Amino acid sequence: MQKVSLFIPCFVDQLTPEVGMDVACVLRRIGCEVVFPEAQTCCGQPAFNTGYWDDARPIAERFIGVFRRAEAVVCPSGSCTTMVRNFYPELLATSSFAHEAASLGRRVFEFSEFLVKVVGVTDLGATFPHRVTFHDACHGLRELRLKQEPRELLRHVRGMEFVEMPSSEECCGFGGTFAVKFGMISAGMGDTKAGNAEVSGADYVASIDPSCLLHLDGILRRRNSRVRTIHLASILARTDNDTERTQTVPKSPNI
Amino acid sequence: MTTPAREFLQVAAEKSANLSQRKAIRRAIDHYDASARSGRARFADWEAARQRCHDIKWEALNHLDKYLLEFERNLKARGGQVFWAETAEDARRYVTDLATRRGVRTIVKSKSMVTEEIHLTPALEKIGMRVFETDLGEFIVQLRNEPPSHLVMPAMHLTRTDIAKLFEEKLGDFLARGSADFDDPPQLVAAARRALRRAFFSAEMGITGANFLVADCGMIAITTNEGNDRLGTAIPRIHVAVAGIEKVLPHFQDLALFWPVLATAGTGQAISVYNTLIGGPRTAGEIDGPEEFHVVLLDNGRTDLLADAEQRDALHCIRCGACLNACPVFRTVGGHAYGTTYSGPIGSVLTPHLRGLNEYQHLSYASSLCGACTSVCPVKVDLHHHLLHNRRNAVRSADRARLERLGFKMWRWTMMGPRRFAAAGWLGRAFVRALYAIGLGGTAFDPLRPWAQYRALPSMPRKSFRALWRERGAD
Repeated sequence: MQKVSLFIPCFVDQLTPEVGMDVACVLRRIGCEVVFPEAQTCCGQPAFNTGYWDDARPIAERFIGVFRRAEAVVCPSGSCTTMVRNFYPELLATSSFAHEAASLGRRVFEFSEFLVKVVGVTDLGATFPHRVTFHDACHGLRELRLKQEPRELLRHVRGMEFVEMPSSEECCGFGGTFAVKFGMISAGMGDTKAGNAEVSGADYVASIDPSCLLHLDGILRRRNSRVRTIHLASILARTDNDTERTQTVPKSPNI
Repeated sequence: MTTPAREFLQVAAEKSANLSQRKAIRRAIDHYDASARSGRARFADWEAARQRCHDIKWEALNHLDKYLLEFERNLKARGGQVFWAETAEDARRYVTDLATRRGVRTIVKSKSMVTEEIHLTPALEKIGMRVFETDLGEFIVQLRNEPPSHLVMPAMHLTRTDIAKLFEEKLGDFLARGSADFDDPPQLVAAARRALRRAFFSAEMGITGANFLVADCGMIAITTNEGNDRLGTAIPRIHVAVAGIEKVLPHFQDLALFWPVLATAGTGQAISVYNTLIGGPRTAGEIDGPEEFHVVLLDNGRTDLLADAEQRDALHCIRCGACLNACPVFRTVGGHAYGTTYSGPIGSVLTPHLRGLNEYQHLSYASSLCGACTSVCPVKVDLHHHLLHNRRNAVRSADRARLERLGFKMWRWTMMGPRRFAAAGWLGRAFVRALYAIGLGGTAFDPLRPWAQYRALPSMPRKSFRALWRERGAD
């Protein structure tokens, strides 16, 4: 039985806790022992991406300390995984944590990547009787090179009809602080993405990055769109006998 | 906030809301995407071609001292003249002095971004020269008194109807009377052609850029799809080519790779229609070509960028425009919003080096760092990571809002302890819930307003993940 340490990004912890619960539910279903190191906070990406590397560095070092002994770290965000795997080595190049950063980078995995490439499972026994399209979140796609992994997983979901949307690889416009610094541009990009999701005829747009989904969900609801957002883990968590679903929480009502 | 940043925010907001411009740009880029995709498929190994281009550019730029001198020596041997311009002012003065000394009145220009960079046309017009842009797209934006909005497609922000109206107003004499469709593209092109023929045959000077400076044969290479460069360098008695020093390629045979790569990345063509090599003025016995041939080699900040080991690969850029087309920000705001000569991702990387990081740091932030630019760049410039590096440099050395600096200090303090983080999160969620419950959401009291202005707010759950986990996750 593989022991897995959950890396729950700060905003998932605060705003979409159900995604974290769904990840745990799926990992347990395939027999993993799941632990959540409670000392974790954030990977440091908000400061790093805004240029505040000196503020991001101690947070990154702290993160390494928390996950130092983990065998495998699984994260439901391509972006936060990228931060640890791809950017820690540069951020910590002159720190005493440089070596550990590289080592941890090889043990941290995005959720779909872990299932398909590490465990080697594509059928999670999930049922989701809806029409679903997939948004390729940028960091997952271009930094981690994950394109087929989430689609493989979706293909095995029972009752689901998968449709590709036009320009699925185009950014949704979230981009961290970009979304508030340049709200108008970010919303313009979001509108393009939302339009493409609607054109696909899907009921749900799925992704592997909850940050894209938060933004896109806000845009879709402002448009009064009938398309909803959902994290890949939340689709895979649903089964026919929904006993496992009692583990998870229903999404809290939106404001 | 600096003036360029304020202007960018204002114009970008206007352009984002301008759905007709967004549609025009989208249309042009959709067309480009389809051609470029099939263009890349014509290569046996597009990735290998990119890597090879990157390596050749790396070689050229790391030995500029050798290749530029070799280029100069070979060009001079055939009677060409070379001027080394350290600044934009030096380059402008050389060209304006030359034009004055030779009694030039009319100038035809072939498309060139570097002459936009040094603002050459206004300088020439100031001393009384008539300057005609001869690339169709450039000709259109010149008629509108606008700078080009794209490196390769200068008028991409305009619709056919916009252009037809413009021509009716400005080129009425050249339009065929009584034509059925007033926005029929062939009719419009014919009108531009008639107007430009006159200019070509009356010009004493032709100005071009150069796509490549080929060191081992001492020639400049110019690529166009309209052939206007050939008329503009064959008829006038003086030819001046302005080129950035980074345009040098070591070997003649490198063109066998760079020509198709430029065409594919630029427009999706297998090869551009006109690829011209020019090695000097007219020699005895030749029937056309200029009496004088001058090449202005421009630095204008390029050696400073070369000194930056982290970002010097930005000098690899061959100005194909692929990163602009791929950029979702560019697709949304268009080229003019940037307020710079070079727009899109490459412009956001280059401009802080050319015009100062403090004034142009905002461009590095006006990106979601999605990386689409980097993935399409044919010479493998690490574009979006350079934007990230520019941000780091900005925080180190440029003016940033004091509130932002303080904010990240507080963020750091909070994230150093899980209890602080959990408490801050709980308080934040409770505060937002309360604010919205009493109807103050979206008002000036709402710290989430920059988010909520454009999007519905996410739910504020009663319990965080760690609270749920403690309750029942750890079973």
